Amino acid sequence: MNTLALPQATAAGSPMRRFANLLYRRPNVYLALLLVPPLIWFGAIYLGSLLTLLWQGFYTFDDFTMAVTPDLTLANFAALFAPSNFDIILRTLSMAVVVSIIAGFIAFPIAYYMARYTTGKTKAFFYIAVMMPMWASYIVKAYAWTLLLAKGGVAQWFVQHLGLEPLLQFVLGIPGVGGSTLSTSHLGRCLVFVYIWLPFMILPIQASLERLPPSLLQASADLGAKPRQTFMQVVLPLSIPGIAAGSIFTFSLTLGDFIVPQLIGPPGYFVGSMVYAQQGAIGNMPMAAAFTLVPIVLIAVYLSIVKRLGAFDAL
Amino acid sequence: MTLAVQFTHVSRQFGEVKAVDRVSIDIQDGEFFSMLGPSGSGKTTCLRLIAGFEQPSAGSIRIHGEEAAGLPPYQRDVNTVFQDYALFPHMNVRDNVAYGLKVKGVGKTERLNRAEEALGMVALAGYGERKPVQLSGGQRQRVALARALVNRPRVLLLDEPLGALDLKLREQMQGELKKLQRQLGITFIFVTHDQTEALSMSDRVAVFNKGRIEQVDSPRNLYMKPATVFVAEFVGTSNVIRGDLAKQLCGSDLPLSIRPEHVRFADGPVQGHEVEISGLLHDIQYQGSATRYELKLDNGQTLNISQPNSQWQDTHTGHQAGQRITARWAREAMTVLASEA
Repeated sequence: MNTLALPQATAAGSPMRRFANLLYRRPNVYLALLLVPPLIWFGAIYLGSLLTLLWQGFYTFDDFTMAVTPDLTLANFAALFAPSNFDIILRTLSMAVVVSIIAGFIAFPIAYYMARYTTGKTKAFFYIAVMMPMWASYIVKAYAWTLLLAKGGVAQWFVQHLGLEPLLQFVLGIPGVGGSTLSTSHLGRCLVFVYIWLPFMILPIQASLERLPPSLLQASADLGAKPRQTFMQVVLPLSIPGIAAGSIFTFSLTLGDFIVPQLIGPPGYFVGSMVYAQQGAIGNMPMAAAFTLVPIVLIAVYLSIVKRLGAFDAL
Repeated sequence: MTLAVQFTHVSRQFGEVKAVDRVSIDIQDGEFFSMLGPSGSGKTTCLRLIAGFEQPSAGSIRIHGEEAAGLPPYQRDVNTVFQDYALFPHMNVRDNVAYGLKVKGVGKTERLNRAEEALGMVALAGYGERKPVQLSGGQRQRVALARALVNRPRVLLLDEPLGALDLKLREQMQGELKKLQRQLGITFIFVTHDQTEALSMSDRVAVFNKGRIEQVDSPRNLYMKPATVFVAEFVGTSNVIRGDLAKQLCGSDLPLSIRPEHVRFADGPVQGHEVEISGLLHDIQYQGSATRYELKLDNGQTLNISQPNSQWQDTHTGHQAGQRITARWAREAMTVLASEA
């Protein structure tokens, strides 16, 4: 091992070695090598197919012949604002908002407990408990809920034994919330959505609370803040990015879902199930394409609102 | 003199570990009191016990005469400057400083005025609009100080506040802290592992070791009259002489301490009753303001000698490693230490 032999060894090394050295000397080549495959995937296949789909939204659908012709028209997008279609959009949007809010309220205490009070095995247990439902097929879970919420199902059995039957009847009687049974009510649908998306809300909030140094909470208490003040002034503002991230999941997943609305809740389309029906049963591909634009636009609007509120400032 | 903080047989246990073990301290009102010790010696736990972040397993803690054990931090008239500053990242500097007043319900105009005044006190007037991330370490430290002082606490707790600063800034802050403490007349309780810091700033210092207090004394007494082997070796450097040699020098079975700078070579003058010892010069280290000599005594012990380079000329005495040399010191310069349990 003398110093003179060293430069020679690098120059005359194996092709692999020379390649490795090239990457070391030219970090840009290295970066390109890493990024080009995912960029091709993302750019060409993902964005490309999305744009083609949206482009088809401008095609013309003939109601009589059921034929699609590539004559460009804005009729499909205009049709989104027809009362029957606009109802679908409003129904989906309000469900997405309500589901996000409820999921946030349920997820926060769990995430807070996970981040601040658990260590080691308990924390691992909580991670598994939160993620385990995601290991089961989502359709199986949705079907399971139809049985749980059905007339004479487990949920009703509990309600009866707790003597809350009149309360349930009252809630089911509220227009816009209820329905004839839990499994055919908006309430039941909302319940299932919250159940299915809850892990996506818990984990980002938990991550944001995990990053909160305990000394900040101590400093707040030290300066005379009561626990409630510490929560409102320090914990909540610093966990907003996590809540925002979680709500982006619950919001967008609810907007695009087409299984749960078909299985649980009152009749009536959601955006997702409308797209499914238009391109499947009806074969109106241009209208289906126009409908896919709706969640994209709504999520873009939602993101800009969240950004405007400063949720990403702390990132 | 009233007592600012009084510990009576306070213990704090974490499972099997006794972080603080039957500690009793009386801290006077208006005093600059330091808690000095290596990491894990219990000094920070003591501070956290005063702040209320920890509760004692046993014993009583009184803050200005009132029993504090059991009180949450927000009901105590003490404020803390944290080691990592713990500034709220989502608030600007002014809101950080005004936070304590805000949660106590002080009106907006008054709290903003007082926050501005506190920022002026730490030479950060005009920095109110900035976010903590836009400040340097030293500036964050000052904000943390202003945030604590704005509440006008009777006791200020400082948890190694200068630890993260570079040497020059640290020395400057030491001076400013000391000045601030005199000016405000607040009791400062300062935790540090840096013995020079503790000596230069404090009225009194408590030396911690393994959850217990080894000695509480003024910096001068701590240095000149260390009570235990631990204090002698932790505060400054010391030659601890044990066994037969100690008996021969002092006539007692207890270990002795002699500071390296109190030892002279045979050719230098010594005031007081002389003690003489010879050995082989083993190593010489030039350290700028002083030169350090390591002497191997005949019984195998090592004696460190430090001689100031007090002349502007090169005062190299011509000592060589391997030379046989006689060292002398005054009997009065030696301190008898407590026996090592």
